[in-house]
Amino acid sequence: MRILVIEDDTQAAQYLTKGLRESGFVVDHAPDGPQGLFLATSETYDAMIVDRMLPGMDGLLIVETIRRNGNHTPVLFLSAMGQVDDRVRGLRAGGDDYLTKPYAFTELLARLEALLRRGSAPAAAQTELQIGDLKMDLLSRSVTRSGRKIDLQQREFQILEYLMRHSGQVVTRTMLLENVWNYHFDPQTNVIDVHISRLRQKIDRDFDTPLLQTVRGAGYCLRAPD
Amino acid sequence: MARDIASVHLIRVLRSSTFRYAIIYMLVFGVSVAGVLGFVYWQTVRVIASQTDDTIQAEITGLAEQYRQFGLLGLVRIIRERSQAAPGRRGLYLLSDRNYNRIEGNLSSWPPIARGEPNTVDFLVATDTGDEAKPQVARARTFALPGGFYLLVGRDMTERTDFTKLMTDALIGGLILTSLLGIAGGVLMSRSLLARIEGINRTTEGILQGDMARRMPVRGNRDEFDRLATSLNAMLDQIDGLMTGMRGVADNIAHDLRSPISRLRSRLEFTLMSETDADGYRRAMEDAIREADGILATFNALLEIALAEAGAVRDRFSPIDLSALAADAGELYGPVAEEKGQSLTTEIEPGVTVPGNSHLLAQAAANLLDNAIKYTPEGGRILLRVQRDGDGAVLSIRDSGPGIPEEARGRVLDRFVRLDVSRSAPGAGLGLSLVSAVARLHKATLTLTDAAPGLHISLRFPQAGVSPAA
Repeated sequence: MRILVIEDDTQAAQYLTKGLRESGFVVDHAPDGPQGLFLATSETYDAMIVDRMLPGMDGLLIVETIRRNGNHTPVLFLSAMGQVDDRVRGLRAGGDDYLTKPYAFTELLARLEALLRRGSAPAAAQTELQIGDLKMDLLSRSVTRSGRKIDLQQREFQILEYLMRHSGQVVTRTMLLENVWNYHFDPQTNVIDVHISRLRQKIDRDFDTPLLQTVRGAGYCLRAPD
Repeated sequence: MARDIASVHLIRVLRSSTFRYAIIYMLVFGVSVAGVLGFVYWQTVRVIASQTDDTIQAEITGLAEQYRQFGLLGLVRIIRERSQAAPGRRGLYLLSDRNYNRIEGNLSSWPPIARGEPNTVDFLVATDTGDEAKPQVARARTFALPGGFYLLVGRDMTERTDFTKLMTDALIGGLILTSLLGIAGGVLMSRSLLARIEGINRTTEGILQGDMARRMPVRGNRDEFDRLATSLNAMLDQIDGLMTGMRGVADNIAHDLRSPISRLRSRLEFTLMSETDADGYRRAMEDAIREADGILATFNALLEIALAEAGAVRDRFSPIDLSALAADAGELYGPVAEEKGQSLTTEIEPGVTVPGNSHLLAQAAANLLDNAIKYTPEGGRILLRVQRDGDGAVLSIRDSGPGIPEEARGRVLDRFVRLDVSRSAPGAGLGLSLVSAVARLHKATLTLTDAAPGLHISLRFPQAGVSPAA
């Protein structure tokens, strides 16, 4: 997996590329807008991580430019400009996700994985999701495990759907808040943990192999048993 | 010195736009007065002239009658009678022979201008009726009578002359009066307006020099200047509030971010000095990250508050479904309350909308629930309500916790205030101040009352709508 990092802060870029390489990515780094645009248009990447305020060119402009040229590489904006408006502008310009600095590397990694997954398998009109013996019927909105019906409330269903669509990946609390609740702020109490533990009760308690795992310091992961 | 000031003041008055307007108005008014008087003059002169002509015609008819009945002698007699009548009569008569020598009449000689073909003529005549023999304009018709005699019948035009003089005097006097009154009025008006503008000017200069407490003078008669002054004062109040807020933020950042940062620094330093094994370092690192996250959360909360207080997002307000927003928040926190053994109930009237910013409103609702759950003991009750209230809408949260003592209710809205001195519950003490800032942004009234027992917080939005879905 090749990743392009466009980031002008050398030290931040160094940490970022090091972390990504240790996680198994091939990383190219561009320290300013024009170089970033050059690499983005001349090379092929699986995803790009783009800073907003770059010397020579706003990251927004880079993404707008490559999008106009029909380049659909997933883009994750990484910016200190963290207001809701900035996020909306980033997504409108063609970004696929928006992460505010400072960020936790685990959060970045989880979001990057989610983007790469989406890039490889475009969300087709699936009607059924399945992880191990856990099945979700998106039409009748019913969930069964090993053939046993599991009653979920609407929000629990949404959480589970998100986890199933990102199965095998780490899903952070922030990702759940943003994608299930559409909340772009951090509630003081760890509300997500409570919701997850209820969901876990329903899908894992009566079964031998747990599907929903907590990834320490990062989030959760729904994974089929090996 | 005093004269200097007076002359400077006068120059300012003369330069003022009010004075210019007054002068322009005066000129227009003067021209109108002159126009009206001119028209009256022209009309009246026409009437007088035609009256004179009529009178002459009547005299001629009378004389012709005499001449037809009694011949030349009769004519001479009637001319003499009429010439000798009371001097108030202004008739002019003259009968002369073929060489224009006077035979009878009240004119001493035939006016040279009237010789020749019979005609209507205007000429100057020295009347012998008045004390002063002033030349007067007269109008007359002349006739040639059979036998070579000439007859002149006319009237002097003193009336018209008098009237002309009257009108000219009125015109000049009127114009002078208009100018004087206009200039005086202009000066007075400009001075009073200038005085008020000057008041505003002086206040502005004072404020520019740093006296932020000064306000524009308001007279209380609710005229344009008062309205201007009132809105300027409101603007100044707002600026003052924002500046105070910013100073407050700066103070708080300095005070409340400095302590956790210095705590973080000491911990790292201490670890560097005392820890030797990888495990110890790992624990210290985890602690440090937690502390940094806490600092970041505080920082973000401060930014959100600043955003809400700046009011810039108000331009982009859209109708927000307050019912759905509250239901979402209730649903997010429901399980948390349950976990603590509390019951969180919602009473939400569907389809209530308010103009606002959904992100900030959602965060305010979440903060209120967060607080209620945090401070209500196990087994407590929390009630979240949204209802219409007149033209507005109310979002309220009631809990059965310890409440907030009345004297502290204003204070908890400030930043970083936590009544729990031990600070055992997590949080930076910014939750309610964000709610308060969001309330102000939405022009909503935030009230804290005693729910006996517990706390009742309500946010009343002044105007609410109905969502199309409801």
